[in-house]
Amino acid sequence: MTAGTGRAAAADPRPLFGAYGIVKRFGDFTANDHIDLEIRAGEIHALLGENGAGKSTLMKILYGLLAPTEGVVTHRGDVVRLGSPEDARRLGIGMVFQHFSLCENLTVAENIALVMGRGLGRAALARRIAALGETYGLHLDPERPVWSLSAGERQRIEIVRCLLQDPKLVILDEPTSVLTPGEAELLFTVLERLRAEGRALLYISHRLDEVRRLCARATILRAGKVVGACDPRAESAGSLAAMMVGAQVCEVAPAAPAAPGGERLRLDRLSLPAPGLHATGLRDISLAIRGGEILGIAGIAGNGQAELFAALSGETRAGQAGAVLIDGVPAGHLGVNARRRRGAAFVPEERNGHAAAPGMSLSENVVLSRHATAPLTRFGFLRRGAAQALADRVIATFDVRKAGPDPAAGTLSGGNLQKFVVGREILANPGILVVDQPTWGVDAAAAARIRQALVDLAAAGSAILVISQDLDELFEIADSIAVLHAGTLSPAVTRARTTREAVGLLMGGAEDMPPAVTGAVPPSEAAHAT
Amino acid sequence: MRLDLVPRGHRSPVVEALSPALAFLAAVLVGGVAVSLLGVSPAAAFSVYFIAPLSELWSLQEIAIKAAPLALIATGLAFCYRANLWNIGAEGQFVVGGLAGGMVAIATHGSTGATFWILPAMLAAGTLAGIAYAMIPALLRVKLGVSEILTSLMLVYVAELLLDYMARGPLRDPAGFNFPQSVTFDDAARLPSLMEGDTLHAGVLVTLAAVGLAVVVLGRSLFGFEMRVVGASPRAARFAGFGAERLTLAAFAISGGAAGLAGIVEVAGRIGQLQPTISPGYGFTAIIVAFLGRLSPVGILVAALVIALTTIGGEAAQIDLRLPLDLTRAFQGLLLGLVLGADVLTRFKVRLVPGAAR
Repeated sequence: MTAGTGRAAAADPRPLFGAYGIVKRFGDFTANDHIDLEIRAGEIHALLGENGAGKSTLMKILYGLLAPTEGVVTHRGDVVRLGSPEDARRLGIGMVFQHFSLCENLTVAENIALVMGRGLGRAALARRIAALGETYGLHLDPERPVWSLSAGERQRIEIVRCLLQDPKLVILDEPTSVLTPGEAELLFTVLERLRAEGRALLYISHRLDEVRRLCARATILRAGKVVGACDPRAESAGSLAAMMVGAQVCEVAPAAPAAPGGERLRLDRLSLPAPGLHATGLRDISLAIRGGEILGIAGIAGNGQAELFAALSGETRAGQAGAVLIDGVPAGHLGVNARRRRGAAFVPEERNGHAAAPGMSLSENVVLSRHATAPLTRFGFLRRGAAQALADRVIATFDVRKAGPDPAAGTLSGGNLQKFVVGREILANPGILVVDQPTWGVDAAAAARIRQALVDLAAAGSAILVISQDLDELFEIADSIAVLHAGTLSPAVTRARTTREAVGLLMGGAEDMPPAVTGAVPPSEAAHAT
Repeated sequence: MRLDLVPRGHRSPVVEALSPALAFLAAVLVGGVAVSLLGVSPAAAFSVYFIAPLSELWSLQEIAIKAAPLALIATGLAFCYRANLWNIGAEGQFVVGGLAGGMVAIATHGSTGATFWILPAMLAAGTLAGIAYAMIPALLRVKLGVSEILTSLMLVYVAELLLDYMARGPLRDPAGFNFPQSVTFDDAARLPSLMEGDTLHAGVLVTLAAVGLAVVVLGRSLFGFEMRVVGASPRAARFAGFGAERLTLAAFAISGGAAGLAGIVEVAGRIGQLQPTISPGYGFTAIIVAFLGRLSPVGILVAALVIALTTIGGEAAQIDLRLPLDLTRAFQGLLLGLVLGADVLTRFKVRLVPGAAR
């Protein structure tokens, strides 16, 4: 299938870039197993797959970060050697990473100049940034320091950096994972524009709706192999997900609406100063969750989610005991283990290094958060058998895939480690569960499993607080939704009485939307996009 | 041209166990080259360094007596280093422990009646003094955020000068013809000899007990687990509710206590009196021993024996072959570098990436 409307597409029958028979082994593990992929000019090509399917490995091979064990990469039919990202850039391959590599204390222009190397003066660079902004609607103030920018604006820097090198192929890794719905719309406009210019885009995302909307071709990876290619527009999100995981994905079954129980968790005008220069303080946060209820907290990263989580878990103690009430009893002064003993459990956002110690075994990681609430110690000594038994229960109940009997947590794939850390807390039968980004970077099957577990736990009478940037997730499982913006929390609204658009507006800080978001698309661009 | 370290997917336990031995072999080869450049036959040097000390009873005892304080101090330091705390002032804690314990012996000198309590009191005083001295950098770090590396190191010199002053001044033996040393301790204040008439004393048993205790505490207890988590993933440790302040104080208390105990064991065992200097740098060498032993108590015991062997062998080489003592020091440093390098090679593959020059 050739790509849609690109001008340059039809001229050359050979694909712009091809990867043939790509094999990449890490020791005994085969991350890519004879993968063929062709990318044509003027198409947005989706690369779909679960976590651990081999997408990142393939992407890194195409960008010269990894050398394939076998196989070749071609450019217009000629075999090319990609020994480093510089080789890739010379061939016109650019990359927008999922995790931004920006220096917070430098300005936009300085961050861009960092990767441009010598030979381009400050004024010339500023002119080129402005020109790109004009052409693509990527408006950036070159003099703004990066720490003052939203995630969407930061991503724009990455895209501009990439476009300054006039790439023929742009690889985008999960580009919308940090964006508000509005910012994502702007990004799609830019991507459409790039495609229409005849550039190729390799689009990696978990969000199947986006893929169906943007992409004309998709290559699906599973366990390191290509398992299918399709036109995502002709498929449903469900059928795409099924191809990715090799089985029909169950939708989350809503629990029978039980009568809500008594109030289990309350925050009463919780305020905390910002813990650091670029951190967010919390201002007058109040909320209440009853047993059987799931409260979703939406918001863009960096609006106080980490600080709110720490205040709930007790990693940061509140100034007043009464600011946090667990089952009606003041708990703001208590540390994390005292709160656990009162029936609360917590799942932080970062799996590696916060929820789990990556270098330690799974059984040791069970001890990490459960030593105060499970019989894992006797007279100060570890009961290793009991820890292993509990780890095995988590692994069996939540279908955690692993290599070896008790591997280090860091060797698990993201989705499996997330199932492990969520399962570890759920098996404690918590009366209150606080989860930060429960399915961040997790494949569809694992995400469905985790969401189902949360819904089931609520149905059993627990109060659950879910902090998430994923609106689809919140609208799927939360009973009511509140929005965290700049350290303040909007009142919670029941799911039935709000919409994604209304929540999206609050996430952007409705009453004072940054001009970059509202006015970024000049009339001419807007006309082009439609 | 660029060097990349690529993590090995699969790590062979055999290779990991063999890597220190291979590093030792490499160090011996490099050392052999250095020896031959100095005009001495490498075979003769090898024999004097590594064979002779192992073939005579007196030198075996010397090795044990030298290894004991090294292993005891390094075992304590392992708790600190596992928790990412850098107490490099064990030398000072050693000296203060020896001084405090020795003062008990001097104060009870010549006492009659029940004397069975004197030796335990000395050991307790030495341990407590080491703990107290280690609390200075620990509290400065916890309360004021002062770098423990600097304070613990600088306090070494304070301790050494304090001992020097005490041995020359207030604690000098009045009947000692103005020699800068204290009275010779009574028998009740000496660690008993393990073999009649020989130098091997009961301090060796203290070290073995401490190493055994450390194996259990570090590997099996919740406290040891806390130490390991704090060092490996500080944020996960906070999530687990392990208080960093409490663990910092505990780690310094353990390492300071072990060093202080080693100090008084040395004074009550080998030396038998207070002198202006009581340590040939045990507290610093123990840092090498701790890392050679990869911060595991059993590994530390082996590493201490190896270092003691090279030290005894080095002294013999100085006498028999006129090789400089610096060569021994250089060899010990070389050994540490190679062991750490071999560790990196077991964990990573080294890949040469051609081109990509900046």
